[in-house]
Amino acid sequence: MNQFSYVRPANLKAAIDAVAKDKSARFIAGGTNLLDLMKSGVVTSEKLVDINRLPLKDIQLSEGALHIGALVLNSDLAAHDLVKTQHPLLSQALLAGASQQLRNMATVGGNMMQRTRCTYFYDTTMPCNKRAPNSGCGAIGGINRMHAIFGASDSCIAVHPSDMCVALAALDAMVLVTGPKGSRRIPFTDFHRLPGNTPQLDNNLGKGELITAVEIPSNHFTKNIYYLKVRDRASYAFALVSVAVALDIRDGVIHEARLAMGGVAHKPWRLPEAEKALAGKAPTAENFRIAAGIATQSAKAYKHNMFKPALALNSIQTALQKAASV
Amino acid sequence: MKKQQTGQSMDRVDGRLKVTGGARYFADHQPDGLLYAALVCSPVSSGTIKSVNATLALRAPGVVDVVSHLNAPRVPAYQESKPGAKDGLKIFKDDRIYSNGQPVAIVVANTLERAVYAASLVEVQYNQETHYTDMNASMDKAFQNSRMKDYVRGEAGAWEKAAVTHTAQYTIPLEVHNPMELAGIIAHWTTPDTLTLYAKTQGVKSVQETIQDLFKIPEQNITVHSQFVGGGFGMALRIWPLEVATILAAKKIRKPVKLVITRDQMFTLVGYRPNATQQLSIGATAEGKLTGITHEAVAITSPYEDFTEGIVAMSKFMYACPNVNTKYQLVPLNMSTPVWMRGPGEATGSFALESAIDELAHKLKMDPLQLRVINHADVDPEKNLPFSSKYLKEAYEIGAEKIGWTNRNPVPRSREEDGMLVGYGMSSGTFGAYRGKATVSATLKADGSLVLQSAASDIGPGTATAMVQIAADVTGIAPEKIKFMLGESSYPFAPEQGGSSTVSTVGSAVSDACKALQQQLATIAISNIPAFKTAAPETIIYEDGQLLTANRQEKISYEALLQQQQLPEVKVMTTSQGGPERKKYSMYSFSVHFAKVHVHPATGVVRIKHIVSVADAGTIVNAKTARSQMIGGVVGGIGMALTEEAILDHRFGRFVNNNFADYHVAVNADTPPTDVYFINKKDPYINPMGSKGMGEIALIGFAAAVANAVFNATGKRVRDLPITPDKVLETTA
Ligand SMILES: Cc1cc2nc3c(=O)[nH]c(=O)nc-3n(C[C@H](O)[C@H](O)[C@H](O)COP(=O)(O)OP(=O)(O)OC[C@H]3O[C@@H](n4cnc5c(N)ncnc54)[C@H](O)[C@@H]3O)c2cc1C
Ligand code: SF4
Repeated sequence: MNQFSYVRPANLKAAIDAVAKDKSARFIAGGTNLLDLMKSGVVTSEKLVDINRLPLKDIQLSEGALHIGALVLNSDLAAHDLVKTQHPLLSQALLAGASQQLRNMATVGGNMMQRTRCTYFYDTTMPCNKRAPNSGCGAIGGINRMHAIFGASDSCIAVHPSDMCVALAALDAMVLVTGPKGSRRIPFTDFHRLPGNTPQLDNNLGKGELITAVEIPSNHFTKNIYYLKVRDRASYAFALVSVAVALDIRDGVIHEARLAMGGVAHKPWRLPEAEKALAGKAPTAENFRIAAGIATQSAKAYKHNMFKPALALNSIQTALQKAASV
Repeated sequence: MKKQQTGQSMDRVDGRLKVTGGARYFADHQPDGLLYAALVCSPVSSGTIKSVNATLALRAPGVVDVVSHLNAPRVPAYQESKPGAKDGLKIFKDDRIYSNGQPVAIVVANTLERAVYAASLVEVQYNQETHYTDMNASMDKAFQNSRMKDYVRGEAGAWEKAAVTHTAQYTIPLEVHNPMELAGIIAHWTTPDTLTLYAKTQGVKSVQETIQDLFKIPEQNITVHSQFVGGGFGMALRIWPLEVATILAAKKIRKPVKLVITRDQMFTLVGYRPNATQQLSIGATAEGKLTGITHEAVAITSPYEDFTEGIVAMSKFMYACPNVNTKYQLVPLNMSTPVWMRGPGEATGSFALESAIDELAHKLKMDPLQLRVINHADVDPEKNLPFSSKYLKEAYEIGAEKIGWTNRNPVPRSREEDGMLVGYGMSSGTFGAYRGKATVSATLKADGSLVLQSAASDIGPGTATAMVQIAADVTGIAPEKIKFMLGESSYPFAPEQGGSSTVSTVGSAVSDACKALQQQLATIAISNIPAFKTAAPETIIYEDGQLLTANRQEKISYEALLQQQQLPEVKVMTTSQGGPERKKYSMYSFSVHFAKVHVHPATGVVRIKHIVSVADAGTIVNAKTARSQMIGGVVGGIGMALTEEAILDHRFGRFVNNNFADYHVAVNADTPPTDVYFINKKDPYINPMGSKGMGEIALIGFAAAVANAVFNATGKRVRDLPITPDKVLETTA
């Protein structure tokens, strides 16, 4: 780790200025990802701007939408009454992530901004286009069991590791950001990027822009929801694949369906075609099978993750069944 | 008589120190003027060092020195080594790189952070050569070490002629010990030939001996402290290059230097369980009598040492089979040297043997437990000797009853619970019951307290606690008044804590020392106390901390004796070791493991729901620590069965999951209720307590029990550990 300076501004503007004006400066929230990146030499910031004193820790209802401050801790969010009653899918997804100790430190903004766990990205002696553009992708010809099956490119096949983000993508959340040029709202599904030729960019946040909050519009997904995470050990492991399902079932018919996956793409992977296929249908095993088939049609696997398309297919069906049968 | 102490669930004598932070592990020591070190390690897997440029590092704040092969002090023993001798990596001797992660320099600074930062500034250039890290691609290099000759009993390959046969290949991945405590050392040369070390080791005496050999300084000039060890599992059974590197830096700088390596360095610097491929072939009559076993294993080693372990050992004697042959080969790769890892060798071999027995049982349409029982070895078929004690059949019975073996449907994939496939599996394990040589000093103080000293280790099992219990039973002195001191090289000799032998070896010496102490007290009484004057020494009764005459009319407590005679203390020193009984009997501990698993049919996820492990380990000295020991082994076994695998990218010869997020040791959520039972019957021959070893058998065989249960649940046979969801999905029934 290199030497760096550390500031802890008390207001939004000072924080944004501090990062906007200094090329290597970064925000630090819980530090659970950033410190690891600095220790392994992937990030060599010379200035850390601690945002933990900013007033971004509220959870409140505003005009029907649930407003979640960017500094709300993952553990607090998962346990919050409004979340548990109105958006239980988010609570489930959060609790499937990391460990209690990490969730006690991790923030909403930091979770969205966490970087891929691709091991080539973390090892500075290895090639990686995301860390060092044009150095090559270590994973494509290497060990790629954990890697993407959707939306990857020839320059990067990494996945976004978050569980929380999968639920937020399914729930059509909005990201609120403020930067040197003012504030804007970004639909959650447009926040993260696909790798294309610029795998070094994980998302569409500009330099100096700070995530201030996430908003979830009101919905009817309070009952038939399920977050399924398939992983190598029972807890404290990243997903091989994960599936977020939210169904609005009325009178034996799926009024609206939301489906998203984690561990399969460079961003939380919404499955709009499969959602369409389910809308207006009965929640039957056959309809779930058809939807899962549609969802995984475009999957492309690599040497060590050949199992993922089938696992994804099975997992979607399992998650749909679990969601429908509560 | 006082309550018997051995067998009680006595709390650990150092438990309070451990939970309050009072226990000082090697890295907790802070000698005056301490400096901090960080290693620079090779990203290249084979080749030579072209240049080392430390200019920037030396200019960084707080940096004291950068030591490499270019400027390291001379190690006298290096000169004695013959070219080509496979006698280990000689750190900083020359420019040769044998494996990825090999230390090429050590940076010393006045804070840890500065050392780490400066290490990143050292510029090393390499001449890269072709490396080999893939065993499967290097089978042409397989060879046999002379320690591991082919074994044949009866006819080789006899399994093939049997009525019912099974042959298959079983593989285990490379596994890393990963104890919580990281490796490292504090080294301080107090004079040019006097060295003090705070080490993480399973044997302070062996550290002393290794350093003595390397630096050619007298034994008494080397002091090794290691009172607490945060987990060893075999990785701390030897001195590694990282420790020698620190000692060399400290020698050059003439200040105390501390090195604690990083988690990723734990994958390349302190050994590992070598990955191995085994072909296990087995044949039986239609009635299930085994007629032949052939066990052929290939495992990896380093270019500069041949590491061998008991991979094929169990197949030779576990079952009463007339024809057994084994072969064991090594493939040298550009890797660091493997080392014993809990249940060494046998854990690897038992996965193959105990899976194959299950597969054979399935072909025979026989209960695998029944197959084991009818092939039970009543005498050791390898050594042709009776077992000193063996209660394996009882262990099978207890295990079967406690897991509910009758609930097992022999037809795979025939039971479901809550949408999960249910399976039951079992296996057995065994490991040699050893007894080495150790010396213990016993000092009785005038206040009646007893102090025992021996250079033993405690890597976690609760050594001192067990020793206090043994001493309490021999002397009748209350446990609170007994202290067992270990982990200092200045104490009398004890071997390393390995091979499940500490209770047997050091415990016997404690027992003998306590007896010798009592005899010494009797001698004092006879010559000085009128009432004892006429007593013959051999008639004196020792009871509850007192001496009694044969007619029980006269007695004196040890404490009173010392006070009357104005003796501040009485001290004896006794060396103890096994005798001819070791030639007359075959001595082994045995375990059986039963597991009930759930397998999710759609995702292949395996969850162990219930475990029953039964140990035949002779007399149990402390029921509480013994149970903890078994559970610890089982948790290691869960990792071996389901999650642990160190993965190399062979293009670079580098590990890609060298951290705790990606190398999955089992966590609490993976660990179901685990019931541990002990046969707890004295072995009449092994040692005075009748205790056999237990650390290794806790893990040996376990992975096979899980694999067998997964087969029972799914009809799918996974022969390649760990059993991850993808393998369950991709294996066809
Ligand atoms: C061992 C381990 C296992 C894990 N397992 C899981 C898992 O199973 N599932 C899962 O979802 N996650 C997992 N995580 C990741 C964890 O969720 C993230 O590390 C955490 O959410 C990051 O939050 P933080 O507040 O600590 O971020 P930090 O580390 O403080 O920051 C991360 C990044 O976000 C930026 N940032 C932080 N806040 C803002 C903001 N408001 N606006 C703009 N940029 C910001 C920082 O500049 C930095 O670049 C795991 C992590 C570890 C270490
Ligand atoms: S997959 Fe992406 S992150 Fe991983 S090595 Fe390739 S470019 Fe780097």
